[in-house]
Amino acid sequence: MTPLETEADLAGLIAGARDPLAIRGGGTRGLRPQGEALETSGLTGIDLYEPGALTLVAAAGTPVGDLQRLLATENQRLAFEPMDHRPLLGTTGEPTIGGVVAGNISGPRRVQAGACRDFLLGVRYIDGTGTVIKNGGRVMKNVTGYDLVKLMAGSWGTLGVLTQVSLKVLPRAETQATVVVSDTRLAGAVRAMSAALGSPYEVSGAAFDPAADSVFIRIEGFVDSVAYRLGRLTDLLSGHGTVTAIEDTDASDTLWKRIRDVEPFADAPGDVWRLSVKPSDAPEICGRLDAEGVLLDWGGGLIWARVPSATDLRGRLGAFGGHATLVRADAETRAALGMFQPESAPIQDISARLRARFDPRGIFNRGLMGRT
Amino acid sequence: MEMPPPNPAILARKSRLIERLSGVLPADALIHEPAETRAYECDALTAYRCPPMLAVLPSTTREVSDVLRICHEEGVPVVPRGAGTSLAGGSLPTADSVILGVARMNAVLETDYDNRIIRVQSGRTNLSVTGAVEEEDFFYAPDPSSQLACAISGNIAMNSGGAHCLKYGVTTNNLLGVTLVMMDGTVIDIGGAHLDAAGLDLLGVICGSEGQLGVVTEATLRILPKPEGARPVLMGFDDSEVAGACVSDIIKAGVLPVAIEFMDRLCIRTSDAFANAGYPDCEALLIVEVEGSEAEIDAQLARIVEIARRHNPVELRESKSPEESARIWLGRKSAFGAIGQINDYMCLDGTIPVSALPEVLRRIGELARDIGLDVGNVFHAGDGNMHPLILFDANKPGDLERCEALGAEILKLCVDVGGCLTGEHGVGIEKRDLMLHQYSPEDLEAQMAVKDVFDPAWLLNPAKVFPLSQSQARRTAATAA
Repeated sequence: MTPLETEADLAGLIAGARDPLAIRGGGTRGLRPQGEALETSGLTGIDLYEPGALTLVAAAGTPVGDLQRLLATENQRLAFEPMDHRPLLGTTGEPTIGGVVAGNISGPRRVQAGACRDFLLGVRYIDGTGTVIKNGGRVMKNVTGYDLVKLMAGSWGTLGVLTQVSLKVLPRAETQATVVVSDTRLAGAVRAMSAALGSPYEVSGAAFDPAADSVFIRIEGFVDSVAYRLGRLTDLLSGHGTVTAIEDTDASDTLWKRIRDVEPFADAPGDVWRLSVKPSDAPEICGRLDAEGVLLDWGGGLIWARVPSATDLRGRLGAFGGHATLVRADAETRAALGMFQPESAPIQDISARLRARFDPRGIFNRGLMGRT
Repeated sequence: MEMPPPNPAILARKSRLIERLSGVLPADALIHEPAETRAYECDALTAYRCPPMLAVLPSTTREVSDVLRICHEEGVPVVPRGAGTSLAGGSLPTADSVILGVARMNAVLETDYDNRIIRVQSGRTNLSVTGAVEEEDFFYAPDPSSQLACAISGNIAMNSGGAHCLKYGVTTNNLLGVTLVMMDGTVIDIGGAHLDAAGLDLLGVICGSEGQLGVVTEATLRILPKPEGARPVLMGFDDSEVAGACVSDIIKAGVLPVAIEFMDRLCIRTSDAFANAGYPDCEALLIVEVEGSEAEIDAQLARIVEIARRHNPVELRESKSPEESARIWLGRKSAFGAIGQINDYMCLDGTIPVSALPEVLRRIGELARDIGLDVGNVFHAGDGNMHPLILFDANKPGDLERCEALGAEILKLCVDVGGCLTGEHGVGIEKRDLMLHQYSPEDLEAQMAVKDVFDPAWLLNPAKVFPLSQSQARRTAATAA
C-alpha cells in the first residue's frame, strides 16, 4: 500500500481499521509486530526550525538523515545521538525520527546530555480510535498538564501512531577528543569510567571494549577547552591503566559511531541483548552472562551482550536492578522469548490498563511490550 | 477560582476516619483540631484558603500506604503536600479532604558517588539534597527559587525547573526512580540506579502529574560533579528586542550558558533600589553565566561579550571574581522580594518561543495599560520561561480580580504565540480553567484517562489541573459512592 501523506488520512484509516496494524517508519529497527503494515514514511517535512531557540518540529516519517543534514547547516545536532540499527541488524531503509522517538533510541551521550525522551518537547499522535491528540509543545519548559510526551517516547507504537515530534536540539561541538585507557580489565574499566564521569570535565561518552581492553572517554567543546580537559583527564586516569589519546576529531567521531551502533557485533554471529543496569554492577553481571562478547557504554550502565542463539539473559540479572532487551535474534527466538523484560505485577497491570485506554481495540503493534 | 463544595456525606465520616487513621499512625501524626488544621489551609498561592478536614504526617512508606488505603475505602479525597510552596495552589485542600504531608520523611537513604545517584525520602528539601553531597563536590541540578524550602516531592509533582535548567534540565531529566504509593495503598517501585526504566515511561508521566496519580515517598536522583567554577556577565540594552536578538545569537554561536536571565526596566529599577546591585538604568538587562575552569570561563565570556558588542549594549560588565559575580546576581535574586516590598504581586510562568519575546513584551505592556496595572518581567531567557509579575493591591476591592483577569490574558497570549501556560510552577487551580485554551477536550481526555488508570475513583487531588467542567463527571461519580 502507498504510504498515506496526511495525518487526517492516517487517522481515518485507523478509525476504520478492523485488524491489527504494524506501525512502520523506516523499518530499520528489526521489529516484527503482528498485522498489516501501517507506513508513516509518507508523513515527511520540517514544520519549524529555529536555531536561535534550539527547536525543531518535524513530521514523524521524516528521515533522521534529513534532520541531521539540516541541523549541520546551522552547526547543531540531535544531542542524544540516536543509534543507527542498520549495521547491527543488517536492515536497509531510512530510519525515521518517529521511529527514534517511539523506541527512545539514545546513544553514548545519554550519560551527559540525556536520552531521546529528554529532548522531546511535544508530540502529535493518533490513538487507537483514530483521534488525533497533541501533548507538550515546542518550548523547552512546559508543565502544562500531564507529560504524555515522555509516555509516548519508548512506547514502541503500542499507545498510538506518532505523526509529529518537536525536539530540542543543541549546538554541535567545535571539536572532540577521546582519552584511551588500556590494560584495565573489566572491573578496572568501570572504576576508570566512574572516575571520569565523576569529574567536572564534562565527559560526553564513557565506553569499554574488552576486545581492545580499552576504555574510551570522550570530551567535546571548543578547541582550547577540549585540550585542557584532555590534559586533566589524562592525569586523573593515569593510575587506572596506560593512557593515550585520540586527538583527531574525525577519528574520535568514527570511534564513537562504532560504539553507538555496536559495530563490533555487526559481523559476529549470535543474538544481541541490551542490558540497562547500575554501572557498578556491570562487572559482576557480565560475569553471569556467558557472553561471547560484551561492549559497555554509559560508564557501564549499558551492556551490549552477544550470546549463542536463543539464550535468555533476563533471568541472569537475578537480584540486580535493571532490565534486558533482546535486540537481535531470528524470528523463532523472538517469538519464543519476546523482546522486553517482564515487569512487576502492579506495573504490568498499570501498563496494560494504559494501553487499553490509548488503544481500546488493541490494534497497534501486537506482540510488542507485553501486548499480545 | 472555584473549588467543588464539600461533600456532607464525607464530612459525616470524619470521626470514623479519625478512629481508623489513629490505628495506623502515631498520635502526633494525625491532626484534626480546627485550630491545627488551619496551618494547612493554603500553600504559597495565599489568595485561596480552606482548612482540610484532617491532616496526616506519616513517617514511612508503610504509613502512607495505610493512610491511602483507608481513605480509599472511606471514599475521602486526599491532597498530597510537600513543603507547601506551590505558587499554583497545588496543595490547596477542600474542606472534605485529608492533607497528606510528607515533611517528616526527609532522610537520605543512600548516596552513591560511583554511580552518581542519591536516594532520598521525598519530604527532603531541594537544597538539602545538594547539602548531602557537596562535601564530595557533587550537586543536585534543578534549582527552583524556593529551593531552600521546597520539597523533592513537590518538585516531582510539578516537574520543577530553575534558573540553571538551560544546561541541566528540569526535575524529569534528573529523576531516575521513585517509590510510589497509589490511592488504593499499593506500593510500586519504578526505575532505580539504571538510566532508563523498563517498559512504558511511567516515571515520565508521574513526574509533573501534580500529585494526582500517587504519592511519591522515595526518589532516586541523579547527582552531578560540581563544575570547577562559574561566572556571569551582565549586559544592559536600550531595547528588549535587541536583548532578545542577543540571546538568540549567543545560542546560535554554539555557546551553551548555564543560565541566561532577563529583567525589564521595572524589575531592574525596583531590585536595584532594594539591593543596591549597581544595575544600569535601561530597558533590558541580561545576566549570562558560564561554567568551567578559569581559562574556559574567560574564553566563553569573551565569545559572549563579542556577540553582545554587536548589539550596542549600554553596559557590559564581566565578572572577574566571586564578589563581582555575587553583586551581578544580587539584584536578580532579590527581584521578587524587592517587588514584594512595595506591592502585592502575582507571578506567572508562561513559556514562549524565544523568538516571540519582543512581541510578547509589547503585548503584555498593552494589556497591562488597558487594565490599569503594572507588570514587571523577569525571564529565564534561554528557555523562554517568562515570569511576568503583576502588581496589585490586595486590600483594594476588585484588584485581585483584575490581576487574575490580566494574568489569564497574558497566559493566553503565551499559548497563542506557540508557548504554554506554565513552564515550571504547574497548573494547580491557578491555570486549571485555561487548559482548554491550550488543549482540545480530546487532548485533556487523553490525560484524564491516565488518571483513571492510576486513581480510578478520582480521590487524589481531584479538583486540580483539569477544568472543573471537564473533570466533573469523574469527580462526582467518585464521591457519589
